[in-house]
Amino acid sequence: MTRHQTINAVISVLLAAILLAAACFAILQALSWNWSGVWAYRQVFWQGWLNTIWISLAALALSIVLGLLAALGRRARYPALRWLSAAYVELIRGTPLLVQLLILFYVVADAVGLQNRYAAGILILSVFSGAYIAEIIRGGIESVGKSQLESARAIGLTRWQTYRHVIFPQAMRHILPPLAGQAASIIKDSSLLSVLGIEEFTLAAQQVNSATYSTLESYLPLAVGYLALTLPVSFLARRLEDKFRYET
Amino acid sequence: MKLEFDAITKRYGGHTVLDAITAQLEFPHVLALLGPSGGGKSTLLRVIGGLESPETGSLTIDGQRVPTGERSLRTFRSNIGTVFQSWNLFPHLDALANIMLPLTAVHGLAPEAARDRSLELLERLHLTGHAHKRPAELSGGQRQRVAIARAVAIHPRLLLLDEPTSALDPEMTAEVLEVIADLKSEGRTFILVTHAMNFARTVADQVAFLADGRIVEQGSAQTFFSAPQSETVQRFLAKVLKY
Repeated sequence: MTRHQTINAVISVLLAAILLAAACFAILQALSWNWSGVWAYRQVFWQGWLNTIWISLAALALSIVLGLLAALGRRARYPALRWLSAAYVELIRGTPLLVQLLILFYVVADAVGLQNRYAAGILILSVFSGAYIAEIIRGGIESVGKSQLESARAIGLTRWQTYRHVIFPQAMRHILPPLAGQAASIIKDSSLLSVLGIEEFTLAAQQVNSATYSTLESYLPLAVGYLALTLPVSFLARRLEDKFRYET
Repeated sequence: MKLEFDAITKRYGGHTVLDAITAQLEFPHVLALLGPSGGGKSTLLRVIGGLESPETGSLTIDGQRVPTGERSLRTFRSNIGTVFQSWNLFPHLDALANIMLPLTAVHGLAPEAARDRSLELLERLHLTGHAHKRPAELSGGQRQRVAIARAVAIHPRLLLLDEPTSALDPEMTAEVLEVIADLKSEGRTFILVTHAMNFARTVADQVAFLADGRIVEQGSAQTFFSAPQSETVQRFLAKVLKY
């Protein structure tokens, strides 16, 4: 047996052991499952799930705007704008969302008198996601070849016309697939808004858990509920990738 | 058309591509810029087209000075038709839309008028059946003809063709050269950078030969090819026309 095969065998055995253990645990748990207690709180789940959807949608829309501004800012004529955009992207991408939530919510939002926790939460999530979208958009814009920009210059397009007629339509094929992936990330990341007391899906599950003391019965639907949102989005991302790969 | 260069210098990094070119080039319709690769002919063409600004020196076309500010340069460029070696069509637009874009976006034509003019050009270039194909679905020769149509559609005061056949196989080269010859018989004014010597000889009125960033020799196509003055040109022609 080569070294490579040995490592493979060890990993396979370990994985099998873990799966077996998980299955045993689930069966043991199932003996004492208490779904009726959780079922009584289905309305809480439902409401939280709906809140997660609209919070994510709002954050996605806002973060696309922020990401676009930051991406354009990085290509701006004025050094100050370029610098500001780069600082925004690097600061946000270099720190955890949870830390940003704590600082921006308890310090910044408080200082500027932003009382509505939903508005603040969506804003912070958008600021976070916007930095990633900025990089996605920047990558898309930079994928457009120099010869295209030269062509646009040669026919006399203005800067804005060049973006509109030449850059954006071509950058879209590079932007849309990862953007769909980012949408899935927003859905998952919105779970952290629970620490601000925003009644989204995760907080709903936590509330049900503390009311029923049925941990797995509270958190299993939580995972399933997120998957119900992220799987279609990931599927869409994959479809977009395939679609744009063959079309030149 | 009359071009007057006054001490035009262009550098890339430490490399001097155009070395203080001072010259007058006068030609009725067609000027060919010839010379070895890296001699500066494409760069000179780009300076004439306002795509590249020289570090020093100035250029006038028919007595009008080529502007330097970006805004006036844009207006200047929009009245010049440029055809690149690798066509540089917009890959997301079909042939028709490629030709229409400068007309509608830059020259303010109504979509219907732009469409009519573009379709007419496509027909004249034997591309009617390809109007709704994207560049990726066209052959190299077809792409270059679409690029020529895009450049001609704006009714430019001057056409610039930068090695329009260098990226094409012989058959496609022939179909593109035919179109360029037609441009001449239509009475259009253009400047052509090319390595196709025999074609330059038949189509050009005037020739300028560039090497090492300088215009080494200029004259009518006839005398240039039959009785070149400088030794550089003699050697160049002997070499490229040998096979």
